Amino acid sequence: MNKLLIRIRDLVHEYREYDENDVLVRTSRALDGVTLDVTEGSFVAVLGHNGSGKSTFAKHINALLMPTEGTVIFSGRDTAEIENLWELRKEAGMIFQNPDNQIISNVVEEDVAFGPENLGIPSEEIIARVAFALERVGMEAYRLSSPNKLSGGQKQRIGIAGLLAMKPRCILMDEPTAMLDPVGRREVLRTVHELNRDEHITVVMITHYLEEVTDVDRVVVMDQGKIVMDGTPREIFSRIDELSAHHMRVPQVVELAYELRKEGVPIPEGILTVDELVEALCRLR
Amino acid sequence: MIRDITLGQYYDADSIIHRLDPRVKLAFTLIYIASLYVGKSVYCYLFAAAFLCGLIALSRVPVHFMLRGLKSIVVILVISALFNIFVIDGQVLVRFWIFRITLEGLKTAGLMVVRLILLIVGSSVMTLTTTPNDLTDGLERSLGFLKVIHVPIHEISMMMSIALRFIPILVEEVNKIMKAQMARGADFDGGGLIKKAKAMVPMLIPLFVSSFRRAADLALAMEARCYHGGEGRTKMYPLKYKKEDFLAYLVLFVYLGCMIALGRLT
Amino acid sequence: MSIALEHVSYIYDPDQKVKKYAVRDVSLEIKKGEFVSIIGHTGSGKSTLIQFMNGLLKPTEGRVLFEGQDVFEKGFSLKGLRQKVGISFQYPDNQLFESTILKDVMFGPKNLGQSREEAETNARAALKVMAVPEASYDKSPFELSGGQKRRVAIAGILAMNPDYLILDEPTAGLDPEGRDEILELIRTLNWSQGIAVILVSHSMEDVAEYAKRILVMNDGQIIMDDTPREIFKAYRDLETIGLSAPQVTYIAHALAEKGFLPYDTNVMTVEEAKKEILKVLKK
Repeated sequence: MNKLLIRIRDLVHEYREYDENDVLVRTSRALDGVTLDVTEGSFVAVLGHNGSGKSTFAKHINALLMPTEGTVIFSGRDTAEIENLWELRKEAGMIFQNPDNQIISNVVEEDVAFGPENLGIPSEEIIARVAFALERVGMEAYRLSSPNKLSGGQKQRIGIAGLLAMKPRCILMDEPTAMLDPVGRREVLRTVHELNRDEHITVVMITHYLEEVTDVDRVVVMDQGKIVMDGTPREIFSRIDELSAHHMRVPQVVELAYELRKEGVPIPEGILTVDELVEALCRLR
Repeated sequence: MIRDITLGQYYDADSIIHRLDPRVKLAFTLIYIASLYVGKSVYCYLFAAAFLCGLIALSRVPVHFMLRGLKSIVVILVISALFNIFVIDGQVLVRFWIFRITLEGLKTAGLMVVRLILLIVGSSVMTLTTTPNDLTDGLERSLGFLKVIHVPIHEISMMMSIALRFIPILVEEVNKIMKAQMARGADFDGGGLIKKAKAMVPMLIPLFVSSFRRAADLALAMEARCYHGGEGRTKMYPLKYKKEDFLAYLVLFVYLGCMIALGRLT
Repeated sequence: MSIALEHVSYIYDPDQKVKKYAVRDVSLEIKKGEFVSIIGHTGSGKSTLIQFMNGLLKPTEGRVLFEGQDVFEKGFSLKGLRQKVGISFQYPDNQLFESTILKDVMFGPKNLGQSREEAETNARAALKVMAVPEASYDKSPFELSGGQKRRVAIAGILAMNPDYLILDEPTAGLDPEGRDEILELIRTLNWSQGIAVILVSHSMEDVAEYAKRILVMNDGQIIMDDTPREIFKAYRDLETIGLSAPQVTYIAHALAEKGFLPYDTNVMTVEEAKKEILKVLKK
């Protein structure tokens, strides 16, 4: 049994809007009582349509946001306690949606070094960590390039290398593929899956693409600031009506399997891949 | 493509000047400029010019790159030269209508033009042989003493390096915005000054909005990567003086001594 | 009525010895009322190509003809061309700037010299077509969600009453619902108003469902120009240039290989696949 890494209890987050005279004009509840446990080494995908609260949720795990109510405990530390801040952000790195807006330096290796430099790590060790991180994401050939010359997928991999150089236990990703083309999307997903498997790094990925989450350990669906579904991809994808009620669209293979079952074709529930569907259909002949 | 524009004007080459510590090069530039104001005789300038030629030769940067910087100041050069020629009193050489040209005027103008040229080319040596990154690094380290009087020197140099990273992105963004507005019939070149300024609004507002968003995103990303100012921060490649750097300082002081001596002698 | 490109090329930095082509010797014609999609990986030349069509970019070689007339000839009004051929670029944030949505959509018509009343009528009509609720016309465009911004941005082009509408990745970054909404609106525009749509997209599922003709670009050239059905038949060729076919196409081919479906089965949508499979099972 793996260790518990993230423990979230009754998390509420309210955005408050004030007018010029500091009078509260509006509060909106982005998170409304979220409770979730994430075990170390797992790959969790958080799904939801735009405005479902999933991005707000992710920013609580590395204390970029503070709970209005409830608690977030990351590896035994309460995110609301200020003295935990830097230790927490070192262990829970974050990748954002726009690859351009998270690269700080105009040389790739210096950008990867940015995190360790902030942590005050000695120079020789930074050099070693940067080399390791770039090698791990397959970008060592671009060590001295300018990030401006890289593709979106490559930029995101540089961002991931920047986190790796801080030796994180967990990588949070806030719609990391939303601005990428299909090639870049595959690159980034392959990289994080490898890190999850080989380096045992916990991954929490926010996305609205269901086709990206067929091979994760666990899928959490959010809607209106609440967790509405939670299970393995197989379990989640067999509840297709529920998914559409939460404004999600399943991959074509799942939809086709579902449509066929509705017509009375006896194929098993929870089909996720082309091969599975083909096999199931051929067995019927 | 716009993304390929080089900022500053770094010329990539492998030379002793390129390898010098940026702090040395900053000191060189400052002292060289100062030296041009110490000695004012023809000999001083000849010596300074010879010294500069030596540096350029060592730097392996083609001479026309060095002279490029002069293009932008040609107008200033001409205007101030003319001003000197006509205004300064002395032995009159030519006189026509209300103008007169004096020997002293010609002399002063000539020296001033030479001084400005040396000054511009002299600083080009630094900008052409130092990457913008090294330059900000050098500035941060050599001006570190200003922290004592609460000048946020680390923050300033961090801002400079972020600006260096984002300027090409913003240039490209301006291009995209202009195209998007031109597709809506906007006209960016026609009309007088006021019309032109007005036409800029549909370009500037999206640019500002996007810049602010980028700034907010970047701040968040930096915080998420544990950035908390310069305190306790280390560097992957900290600046370290090497043998050549000390030698360069020595050369610099010998040069300055010679300039002062030449200035006294004449 | 058509836009035609005749042997157009675009070369970055023509002074360079080794010429780098963004677009290389492309000829094509798009007629009024068509629904065409351009696909190709990033850097294949799609965005350069669409900018020729309304004269935002002048090809280094070749001619761009609008209704038979060379658009870069002297005396041809590029502004007039941009009214007839609208481009809505990928990021709506690059064009929204006014204090209210209505004013922003009026920007295009006003640039064409229309009076305030005329511009407002056109803007209102365009916003209505793009299903932007009337209650929000006086809101700031910066307060909108991603999907709504995109619709307002497209309305900003539609308000100029173009005959051709070029859309560069109109669904990028949207969630599935926002994506479907926009594509449905565009389809309606195409069949109810006869506006030709040129859709640049990465999503093969969308392209298969909406376009009637697909242009496949690779390395600055158009390598295929056909109906979606024919294009996706060649899904193996698409893969060699970093593209793919819709997922159902793969299912049908895998089933055909196992002898479950007949070999010539060619499906592009879930609906079609279901029909074919049921046909076999009910035999």
